Amino acid sequence: MIHSSLTQLGAALRAKKISSVELTQSYLDRIAQLNPKLNAFITVNPEMSLAQAREADTRFASGKVGALTGIPIAQKDIFCAKGWLTTCGSKMLHNFVSPYDAHVISQFNNAGAINLGKTNMDEFAMGSSNETSHYGPVKNPWDTARVPGGSSGGTAAAVAARLCAAATGTDTGGSIRQPAALCGISGLKPTYGVCSRYGMIAFASSLDQAGPMGRSAEDLALMLNVMAGFDERDSTSLQREKEDYTRDLNKPLTGLRIGLPKEFFAAGMGSDVAQAVEAAIAEYKKLGATIVEISLPNSKLSVPVYYVLAPAEASSNLSRFDGVRYGYRAPEYGDLADMYEKSRAQGFGAEVKRRIMIGTYVLSHGYYDAYYLQAQKIRRLIAQDFTEAYKQCDVIMGPTSPSTAFKLGEKGDDPVQMYLSDIYTIAVNLAGLPGMSIPCGFGANDMPVGLQIIGNYFDEARMLNVAHQFQLATDWHSHAPQGL
Amino acid sequence: MSLSLADVEKVARLARLAMNDQELQAAQAQLNNIFGLIAEMQAVDTKGVEPMSHSQDLAQRLREDMVTEPDQREAFQAVAPQVEQGLYLVPQVIE
Repeated sequence: MIHSSLTQLGAALRAKKISSVELTQSYLDRIAQLNPKLNAFITVNPEMSLAQAREADTRFASGKVGALTGIPIAQKDIFCAKGWLTTCGSKMLHNFVSPYDAHVISQFNNAGAINLGKTNMDEFAMGSSNETSHYGPVKNPWDTARVPGGSSGGTAAAVAARLCAAATGTDTGGSIRQPAALCGISGLKPTYGVCSRYGMIAFASSLDQAGPMGRSAEDLALMLNVMAGFDERDSTSLQREKEDYTRDLNKPLTGLRIGLPKEFFAAGMGSDVAQAVEAAIAEYKKLGATIVEISLPNSKLSVPVYYVLAPAEASSNLSRFDGVRYGYRAPEYGDLADMYEKSRAQGFGAEVKRRIMIGTYVLSHGYYDAYYLQAQKIRRLIAQDFTEAYKQCDVIMGPTSPSTAFKLGEKGDDPVQMYLSDIYTIAVNLAGLPGMSIPCGFGANDMPVGLQIIGNYFDEARMLNVAHQFQLATDWHSHAPQGL
Repeated sequence: MSLSLADVEKVARLARLAMNDQELQAAQAQLNNIFGLIAEMQAVDTKGVEPMSHSQDLAQRLREDMVTEPDQREAFQAVAPQVEQGLYLVPQVIE
């Protein structure tokens, strides 16, 4: 059962071959067995999960069921879920039991899905290795001495280790795609504005986007059908017709034009990653696609631009954590300012403080134009590069990450080295485009390699089609880590 | 450019983060490394380019001016560090 797809699980549930309670219990048992080794979950709450499962089982009796009814789905701990501890990977929220549901959570609840637990993540989603979590690093199930990527590393490790069938992630600069690549699973960051950010703890509001992570493109399509949709409580949520993201899965790829940005295939990518990505491109040619060389000349600026914009927005968003209304308050303090300063100093970890300080500086008097405004202007140049490129191609492909999973602690002392591991993913967030990563082989040390697929705005259904056809022709996505 | 220790101290104060001397010095070195990375964008000619904050250039949505939130004071205050009689408690600020 644990290797079954969402489609197979849904069919088994509807045919009453298994109940939701049995299915949920079997995942909970597996989590109990393997989580001590992987640290992929911060919170499991069998009572709450099983109560939802019992309710789902009654829905099967009444016949009102959807594709995900009765299926346990793990939720990144960035999503507020009513009655669930919601920490965002931080000591700051170590005791925060959310009084309300994020929009994405209520979408899953309405669909009858089971909340299987809250997955570990980099603190406030700031990190690319899951090492900044207050609850300890997540281990990569393919090699527990290595990182799973981040910030949605708990989700990626849980899906790869079959602790859940699928789970949610969020992506501000690559936090769905990079861990998906490093753990050998599939992940999709939709067009900015497709999934509501309501109740999703904010990092950089103009970049944050929720998306599905799972074992196949087909599963991601079913998840996105539930997650996407307009929500008036998010001022940047887009008012669009409801889409069926599975609609194009089975279209042939004949005539598909794949753009390969020359900047992505220049120096910097590991030779093992290059080999796997090139083999994947060759497979696409066999499937009928044609290759177009394109250029994204400003994409090289995406890392510096991102490290101005994201910390600036984060410093503003995280000012709400002041020890007054929720979360951590220092045990001893003098006046009000002292209470703020000590609560924040003790409640936030090193990386979060670093980014708050960068953001505070670039927004401070006299520096706003030189940093923030300049970064916003270059952001437009980066987005325009993509608009130009899509005149010549339908999708863009390249590596997701310059290397396979690195060792825990390997990049610990040097934030800049860590930031550069998101070099291929960040431009997509800045432009607001949809991007995904699918497994396309194995590199050095037999660690998974991810192929990044970048689509034009609102082209998720086509990207899922492109990924699904690859997954019909290859079996990289069905490999599972052994020996856990 | 590089940040002096006094700059870093000022930033920490603005960000409401208590930091000792050792932490300030460590932060100074790391922030200067990061600003070294960021410096790359300073040289780019952006004359005439409109700043971009959202990928879809949308107008802000408006809604009817009506009550949309129910009263959830008790639920919200249940997660607060210190409350009394429905009020959030902080150190005294007015004598």
